[in-house]
Amino acid sequence: MTAPAAARTISYREAMREAIREALQRDPRVFLMGEDVGLYGGCFAVSKGLLDEFGPERIRDTPLSESAFVGAGIGAAMNGMRPIVEIMTVNFSLLALDQILNNAATLLHMSGGQFNVPLVIRMATGGGRQLAAQHSHSLEGWYAHIPGIKVLTPGTIADARGMLWTALEDPDPVLIFENALLYNMEGELAPDAGAVEIARAAVLREGSDVTLISYGGSIPKTLQAATELKGKGVDARVLDLRTLRPLDTESVLASVRETHRAVIVDEGWRSGSISAEIMARIMEGALYDLDAPVARVCTEEVPLPYARHLEDAALPQVPRIVAAVLTVVGAGG
Amino acid sequence: MTVSDTPAASAVEEHEVHLLRQMLRIRRFEEKCIELYSASRIRGFLHLYIGEEAVAVGVMEALEPGDAVVATYREHGHALARGISARALMAEMFGKQSGCSRGRGGSMHIFDAATRFYGGNAIVGGGLPIAVGLALADRMQGRERVTACFFGEGAVAEGEFHESMNLAALWKLPVLFCCENNLYAMGTALARSESETNVAVKAASYDVPAWTVDGMDVRAVEDAARRAVAGVRGGGGPYFLELRTYRFRAHSMYDPELYRQKQEVEEWKKRDPIAALVDRLQSGGYLAAGQLEQMETAIAAEIDDAIAFAEAAPLEPVEDLTRFVYSEGSR
Amino acid sequence: MPSLGADMTEGTVTRWLVKPGERVARGDIVVEVETDKADMEVEIFHTGIISRLLVNEGERVPVGTPLALVEAEAGATPVMAPPTRPVAEVARVAEITPPPVPTKMEAPSRATPTARLVARELAIDLASIRGTGVDGCVTRADVEHAARQRAPAPAAAPPPRRRLLVSPRAQRLAREHAIDLSLLAGTGPAGSITGADIKKAIRELPPTPAPVAEAVPMPAPARAKGPQRGPIAALMARSNREIPHYFLGVDIDMKRALDWLATQNSSRPVAERMLYSALLLKASALAVHDVPEVNGYWTEDEFRPSAEVNLGVAISLRPGGLVAPAILDAATKPVDVVMRELRDLVQRARAGRLRASEMSSGTITVTNLGEQGVDYVYGVIYPPQVALVGFGRITERPWASGGMVGARPIISASLAGDHRASDGHRGGRFLAAIERLLQEPEHL
Repeated sequence: MTAPAAARTISYREAMREAIREALQRDPRVFLMGEDVGLYGGCFAVSKGLLDEFGPERIRDTPLSESAFVGAGIGAAMNGMRPIVEIMTVNFSLLALDQILNNAATLLHMSGGQFNVPLVIRMATGGGRQLAAQHSHSLEGWYAHIPGIKVLTPGTIADARGMLWTALEDPDPVLIFENALLYNMEGELAPDAGAVEIARAAVLREGSDVTLISYGGSIPKTLQAATELKGKGVDARVLDLRTLRPLDTESVLASVRETHRAVIVDEGWRSGSISAEIMARIMEGALYDLDAPVARVCTEEVPLPYARHLEDAALPQVPRIVAAVLTVVGAGG
Repeated sequence: MTVSDTPAASAVEEHEVHLLRQMLRIRRFEEKCIELYSASRIRGFLHLYIGEEAVAVGVMEALEPGDAVVATYREHGHALARGISARALMAEMFGKQSGCSRGRGGSMHIFDAATRFYGGNAIVGGGLPIAVGLALADRMQGRERVTACFFGEGAVAEGEFHESMNLAALWKLPVLFCCENNLYAMGTALARSESETNVAVKAASYDVPAWTVDGMDVRAVEDAARRAVAGVRGGGGPYFLELRTYRFRAHSMYDPELYRQKQEVEEWKKRDPIAALVDRLQSGGYLAAGQLEQMETAIAAEIDDAIAFAEAAPLEPVEDLTRFVYSEGSR
Repeated sequence: MPSLGADMTEGTVTRWLVKPGERVARGDIVVEVETDKADMEVEIFHTGIISRLLVNEGERVPVGTPLALVEAEAGATPVMAPPTRPVAEVARVAEITPPPVPTKMEAPSRATPTARLVARELAIDLASIRGTGVDGCVTRADVEHAARQRAPAPAAAPPPRRRLLVSPRAQRLAREHAIDLSLLAGTGPAGSITGADIKKAIRELPPTPAPVAEAVPMPAPARAKGPQRGPIAALMARSNREIPHYFLGVDIDMKRALDWLATQNSSRPVAERMLYSALLLKASALAVHDVPEVNGYWTEDEFRPSAEVNLGVAISLRPGGLVAPAILDAATKPVDVVMRELRDLVQRARAGRLRASEMSSGTITVTNLGEQGVDYVYGVIYPPQVALVGFGRITERPWASGGMVGARPIISASLAGDHRASDGHRGGRFLAAIERLLQEPEHL
């Protein structure tokens, strides 16, 4: 018997790198492919050092041709490999949308079940870094519209560490959205941390007055808001969706049935957003358990501006979350 | 030359009779499709390959069973030549459960795992990256297999063509790119859409060996394909064939063909790959009396059987509508 | 008429390229057709002689309509075509003709979409307006002009009553507990009534002195299932959903109780005679003293015991449905009084004259289905109560006692308990107490 190892502090970036490294070690079919994932070490330094460790066959730098290398990932997945395709950011994934939507998501169905696509696509997402409109999109909710793919949004260190392997074991295409603001986030990771299930939402903080529903990059803000609300006498529960498709509707409804109020925090634009979808499902499944209209805090409907004060005003922030919660609990006038 | 050459020569002609049969199967199958479409038995879009049969038949002859095929939405010919049964194909057109894609694909999305037929891709250019990936997996797993990727000359204007050419050449992947140049991207003539109309030159600019082939001559197609496949399988990276051909029928059923002259169509019909081969075999005395009629009768029987099969095939139960969105057994 | 696409429903024959008597071969272009989308050449799939043209030039026909008859040509040899089909094959096509699609109705008057919308909103008859738009089309301006010209509308709709803001959950709870929402002040957003407000009202509000028919929100009239089914349905569904039920049962020898009752009744006028039901009710109420966990409410995730035993009595109504009015403080009332109140409740329940207070004040409920010939009862608890006592009918059964076997009048008593408030151990003691009390009827 050895003494149990202590939990260690690790960054989201390192957790993700460990997950990739573990996958490469465990399964010879796994390889990483994308722009600047090799020599450069990854745009966000996630794959730093992996080229030296695994060589250029398995850490493949690609030309700037999102459609070709995402499509190549699909083809390789259908032919016995387990590719991890890294698209530098969600903004560039639009150049590969034909492959993701018209091929990855449809091939299994269109072929009557003959060809599945065990592909994992990772991409950075989100705003908040003063990169202006073309580099600040949050489109994970948009991708969640598509049947045939799964959409994961790790918002915690444990999920950054554990979701990738589960995604690689999935027989169908899985998209993992890593909010770029989270890469530097540090947190405790259990010594035995490994693969995690991806089917259920998780309660990150208990509370009985209202359920705060969020995912990905908004998780730290939402937890911060819950802490501030405690000081105002509001006991807020934080539910991390973790997976936007398939959505864990049951956990959302179960929580709303207990707290009778909900606020959704979503970095996407509100029109046609995942927050709209969650609201719709609450209406369908828990209307008669509600004590207040469901509220949401989303990104303002503007292309994200460069100037810091404007961008801050556009994105969901802790004070806006707190204010929205106070309104639905009836304390905000 | 000695007398002993004769048996060898007759083996060649025997092979050509086989090529003729394959082309004729495609031609007759599609002619029946027109009729069934007009009678509303087949729905959706129906893109006919009539006139272009030599391309699919010639290239498929050069492939091994373990090789892969990625085709376009005009792929009945490729499917039949690759070995997918007329029954499975017709049942798919009828939207039946016994169709090769269980009625979920239709004319434009023919798939078959047994023959490694990866569709049936209805987005112009969308199949090229997938072919690159299939080849990448073969390369990484040390398998000497070839992926043949068909696309029209219209795809050459798409970004995915250039991205895929570059990636396949850069990584020296075993892809045989087969550009079926029938001169019209739907209704847009090549010269109206491309500054450089020599398609092979574009491929060559990516350092890919590229040859232009008479796509109305099935023997020329097969010869070129065999040489290209040998190069690809030998590790020489991708090869590119521009197969100059012509579709005799409209782009799809509902197309009044305002964009080309009837006279042009008639001119090309004089080069009908089937008629040309029949003519050659008959004038050489390689088709016995009644052999063509027998072939026609056998093909007609195969197609009638396929239709009867498709008519009788069950429909996929509506309760199974949402099957195959995700793999069975996974959440 | 061939179908050239799913969006083609009909076509017009514009020109025949063949005449009757002419020979045609499969693949020949024989007719030109105009559709909504294009002018198309139509080929024939049969080889033979045109015997008759069935559709004239200029005629518009649905897809699937036979256009001409072709007779098979005797002795004709197909060259590169499959064998010729007989004429009957042509006719077969007609069998799969889709039903003709009705032609578009010409709108009575032409108007722009916006004009139509505004006209509908302002209740203006479009036909009465002369359009000033293109080709006499009625425009939005025309409609608005017409509206200004028109005499003022008869009477403006009365201003809407201020709607009570009630959260969906509060609405449900109010319905389940027969709470009059108009008496409550909301504490939710914008002063809305919330679930917590209803829960508070259940604890604090004096019983509403309104007849039950008004206090309980009734479903739409003339429901086939009877007037009480809606509320009871919701309540029972909630019970089953929320309450973890457990069930216990015991057989009780009623010999002594019935003997005692017979003695009592023999000296009473008929109108004052007691039924054994009164003994069951009284025994159930007294047994609560032993096990208070079965008497009270489960609210806000905890059990709140009740000091009084308000004994709900399940009464079935003649048109169907069920009510459970309470005999208040039943444990302290003599059996006589319990009997009198039971009679009164039954009469008023069936006359529809129960009071809301009686409806919502039960702290434990007894249901006696002996009259219905039932032997055993496995009840469903009335939320927010936590227990329901059930009795079956009394039947003579073989009964062993002290080594002797005899026929005795036996009744089966059951308890449906809320496992959040009590458990089988406590529930068993409660049933045992009922049995003990029924063996000493003189002390009830």
